[in-house]
Amino acid sequence: MVGPGDTGHGDTGLGDTPGSYEEFVKGLWRENPVFVQVLGMCPALAVTNSAVNGLAMGGATLFVLFMSSLLISSLRSFIPKAVRISTYILVIATFVTVADLSLQALAPTVHRELGAFISLIVVNCLILGRQEAFASKNPVGRSLADAAGMGLGFTLALVLLGGAREVLGKGALFGVSLFGEGFEPWVVMILPPGGFLMLGLLLLLFAWIAEKREKLLDEAESEPDLDREAA
Amino acid sequence: MEGGMTDNLGQLFWIFISAMVVNNFTLSYFLGLCPFFGVSGRLVTAFRLGLANIFVLVITSLCASFLNAFVLPHAPYLRLISFIVVIASTVQFVEMLIKKLLPGLFRALGIFLPLITTNCAILALALFQTSRAYGVIEGLVFALGAGAGLTLALVLMAGLREEAELSSVPALLRGTAMNLLIAGILSLAFMGFAGLFSTAG
Repeated sequence: MVGPGDTGHGDTGLGDTPGSYEEFVKGLWRENPVFVQVLGMCPALAVTNSAVNGLAMGGATLFVLFMSSLLISSLRSFIPKAVRISTYILVIATFVTVADLSLQALAPTVHRELGAFISLIVVNCLILGRQEAFASKNPVGRSLADAAGMGLGFTLALVLLGGAREVLGKGALFGVSLFGEGFEPWVVMILPPGGFLMLGLLLLLFAWIAEKREKLLDEAESEPDLDREAA
Repeated sequence: MEGGMTDNLGQLFWIFISAMVVNNFTLSYFLGLCPFFGVSGRLVTAFRLGLANIFVLVITSLCASFLNAFVLPHAPYLRLISFIVVIASTVQFVEMLIKKLLPGLFRALGIFLPLITTNCAILALALFQTSRAYGVIEGLVFALGAGAGLTLALVLMAGLREEAELSSVPALLRGTAMNLLIAGILSLAFMGFAGLFSTAG
């Protein structure tokens, strides 16, 4: 775990419980599940051909992660070590069933578009990973903060990925056309290869930004205008 | 389509080809990506993992057919939970059997079996098989095709990565970003197979 002093966000002392706040913030960017930890790739790539689908998938994952963390961290002293993984999977599968059936009732179009991938949230390694690495060892409050941060970070990444693919592949964002008639869509971006390529390019971009930042920090500690170069 | 036996065989053949290349699990459905990126560093390991995948997929298909026929009509909301529990325990049971009866095979597949059970490709096979209403035979052919497709993707990826190790790549690109771009190009190549279906009906 990284200490509270070295976040890039600068306002760590804001919350009244700095511990929980820190757990929440780390998932958003510094330990972002998709861009940094490269977890939960199957859903991240499979359904992100539009920003709306990314948002729905992210929301469903957030719900499952949050509820599972709540239940597992409250029951953590009752779950026997030997069967803990099977217990986590059963809990997760239960909440995924809830999410699946609710989405089917509330948003049938989105449910049809996401298809089997909602059910496949069960095997998203991000969720099982958070249970094993965090919720099973920490009190409820901190676990919920961690789950919310990781879930929101996942959603953020999916919307970013879906938005970028939708803009390039359809010339639209959230279904709203952006460029008018003359735009020639880059169709491959909303097809499967686009998922791999776009995530690869985004990771490359972030690595490049990180490297630039580091170089700038090394060269001139006093230079105040970092963001200009990074952008 | 001539009907009768040929029709059936033809359909099975298309299920196989479709699952293997046209709708390749890894490259067009993004299933089983963790091993695809994690274990594709070396060709031999990738091939063994592929074989272990085929093995687990076949067992999964049988389990799913069984559950679909006998359990799920009575309790459809238990679908996900029962798939996971039954598949995981059956794979573990078969693993013990193999360890006892065929130690050679066990050594080749061994370490991968428990990992594969929680692979999304496995659960997806059970779900797809259910939503497409495949019978036992169709399900088995589907599992073999999907497994062959996973093996193909893994082996191709491992071969490409072994090549990439030896070539000079900018340091920034090495690692996940490069693997994703390679996978993207591979996926682009596999899209060419989509033409198979429009010509064949």
